[in-house]
Amino acid sequence: MKVNKKLLTLLIIGGMSVSANSMAETTTAQALANTCAGCHGTDGSSNGPATPSLAGISVDYFKDAMADYKAKDGRYSTIMSRIAKGYSEEEIALMADYFSKQTFVRKEQQFDPKLAKQGGKLHRKYCEKCHEDGGRSSEDDAGILAGQWMDYLHYTMDDFKNGRRDIPKKMKKKVSKLEKDKGPEALEALINYYGSQK
Amino acid sequence: MSGISRRHFIQITGGAAAVSTLGFSNILLAGKSAGHVVIIGGGIGGATAARYIKRADPAVDVTIIEPNANYYTCFMSNEVISGERSIDSIKFGYQNLESMGVKIVRDYATNIDAGKKQVATKGNSNIAYDRCIVSPGVDFKWEMIEGYDAKVAAEKIPHAWKAGPQTVMLRKQLEAMKDDGTVIIAPPPNPFRCPPGPYERASQIAWYLKHNKPKSKVLILDAKDKFSKFGLFMQGWKKHYDYGTDNSMIEWVKGTEGGIIEGVNPATNTVIGSVSEYKGDVINIIPAQKAGKIAFTAGLVNDTGWCPVDQKTFESTIHKDVYVIGDSSVASPLPKSGYSANSEAKVCAAAVVASLHGKPAGIPTLVNTCYSLITPEDGISVAMVYNFDGKKIQKVKGSGGLTPMDSSPAMRKREANYAHSWFNNITHDTFGG
Ligand SMILES: Cc1cc2nc3c(=O)[nH]c(=O)nc-3n(C[C@H](O)[C@H](O)[C@H](O)COP(=O)(O)OP(=O)(O)OC[C@H]3O[C@@H](n4cnc5c(N)ncnc54)[C@H](O)[C@@H]3O)c2cc1C
Ligand code: HEC
Ligand code: HEC
Repeated sequence: MKVNKKLLTLLIIGGMSVSANSMAETTTAQALANTCAGCHGTDGSSNGPATPSLAGISVDYFKDAMADYKAKDGRYSTIMSRIAKGYSEEEIALMADYFSKQTFVRKEQQFDPKLAKQGGKLHRKYCEKCHEDGGRSSEDDAGILAGQWMDYLHYTMDDFKNGRRDIPKKMKKKVSKLEKDKGPEALEALINYYGSQK
Repeated sequence: MSGISRRHFIQITGGAAAVSTLGFSNILLAGKSAGHVVIIGGGIGGATAARYIKRADPAVDVTIIEPNANYYTCFMSNEVISGERSIDSIKFGYQNLESMGVKIVRDYATNIDAGKKQVATKGNSNIAYDRCIVSPGVDFKWEMIEGYDAKVAAEKIPHAWKAGPQTVMLRKQLEAMKDDGTVIIAPPPNPFRCPPGPYERASQIAWYLKHNKPKSKVLILDAKDKFSKFGLFMQGWKKHYDYGTDNSMIEWVKGTEGGIIEGVNPATNTVIGSVSEYKGDVINIIPAQKAGKIAFTAGLVNDTGWCPVDQKTFESTIHKDVYVIGDSSVASPLPKSGYSANSEAKVCAAAVVASLHGKPAGIPTLVNTCYSLITPEDGISVAMVYNFDGKKIQKVKGSGGLTPMDSSPAMRKREANYAHSWFNNITHDTFGG
């Protein structure tokens, strides 16, 4: 059911962007996305070590993130809120469509193999439900974790825990349980697991 | 639908959309050239333009004329000067562009014949073009400082405002300097490339001195009374370098209080200011700037010394089918920066490809960001989003701005890390790989 709905949106958005582009006087999705490449990498695959990749991101997650950056007292950022405020909802929709269609190119990261192995187990128990396919899937509208830059994952988990970013209620429960069961090292293991994925 | 995997489906639609957007499927299938674009300068603007033209339409032939085998980025060169990174870490070659089919001609452009549509080179060739893109960076107004010229810069008093040997020279002079020395930095008047650059350099040098030659100091003799990220630099200097106290490692003399310099005596290491003379152990003069030399010989500049362009396409308003991007162009409100040059190059590349296909140019959208490092762990930034008002580029209201003054040390550390990520991403985006 969920998948079908997504396919439908994709079809609609895909169709829209083509017709929008054939009118000469609109900025294209490509032109907009090009401006992000200096920080996020060409077509949204970042070379790290910190700025997150955007390639393959879910349309809804992308739109939410941008709206949240634009909002007063929204999601904390060092710089994205200053950038996101430069775009209209229509422009954000164009970019969401564009980045969702790019392939996430995973670059080599330095990780601890032992921790990564532990992390894999923890992931299946605590996180897989909403971050499917080992965190590779974008279908949960929760951000792609597998291959995401580890520094970014550290920062964003720190933001979740310190109230700089709203954490989904159910995820909060899982993270708390994880830390209660396994101690503070557990999150480190998970991040190493995500960083280890190619 | 069930026969096609979801991922596959996306790729198909993605590809189809891209092709139909640009309308090149016919040319791609026919496999013949869609025109020849000659790019003067393989720096940030030129290399980005080449890569993005090829990405949009591989059927366009692209030639870059560039005298150097490698390009050294100016950005992060201040970290080479402070010893935080190696010169090789800011060196980039053209092999990735070549593997995309871009032709690199190791030569120096001496003139453009806009009537015949040819670029003349030092090596005596005439290279014909359908469209020419000019991105030569800046040239210096040596004549504004008596006693200073290219020879003095190459031998004794570096500007280090074009990276490479100049960067290494300044680094070596700092290393050789005794403790208790004075490093003079003389920033130029506006407009110039990288407005926060001289002050980042002062910070980076102070960082090096603090840890290696703590009795030394940096003296900034400025042509101006204010500069980019002023509040943030002042705050950072107070925090890290005791700015404003007797122990300050940095002293800044503003233009109206004697900072403007009129001459230099390389024999005595003296800088002659409008009010007094200053002796330095290491001197770094960053001269006033104008468009790259080729822009003058080709008649692309107006009386400001920079190249006026149609900001929708970056086509010169003086010569048809010649485009100017990067530092040499009048792209204001965009500042002269690497991020701007990269962003402008993409707008220009799309416009050039469209025009080769007889199509109207799209509507430009651009971004600029400049990160500066006050210490290796204290990063600050300025950012802005730009769009097009039908005639010229304008800032998008409500967007952009500076790192907040009250952001915590932890967040400044993040910005420093993001600055290094920016470096990795923009260099890959520009030179490929
Ligand atoms: C110390 C310093 C720090 C900086 N930091 C930042 C930063 O943090 N962020 C940022 O965004 N920007 C930064 N910049 C600015 C940035 O480097 C420039 O704005 C950018 O390089 C401009 O690109 P360009 O293509 O116009 O020129 P360039 O990148 O300088 O390229 C010009 C190229 O053209 C070639 N050339 C010149 N004339 C000819 C000719 N006649 N024929 C053939 N080839 C020719 C040159 O050899 C060169 O390779 C910094 C600059 C400095 C000096
Ligand atoms: C100057 C660098 C810079 C530019 C330019 C930039 N970003 Fe970002 N982006 C970041 C950084 C850094 C973060 C992490 C949050 C922060 O601290 O700002 C981020 C985070 C994001 C995220 C959140 C990712 C996630 O997994 O939740 C999205 C979405 C995003 N950016 C979209 C964009 C888009 C779209 C553009 C172009 C219009 C863009 N960015 C331009 C630096 C940049
Ligand atoms: C109940 C579902 C759920 C569970 C369980 C869950 N998450 Fe999440 N997660 C989400 C959602 C939804 C988001 C997107 C939040 C948003 O839109 O800001 C998210 C976002 C994230 C992000 C940010 C991604 C980005 O690109 O910025 C990280 C990191 C993350 N989760 C890690 C974890 C970890 C680690 C676990 C297991 C300990 C976990 N999550 C368990 C639902 C969940």
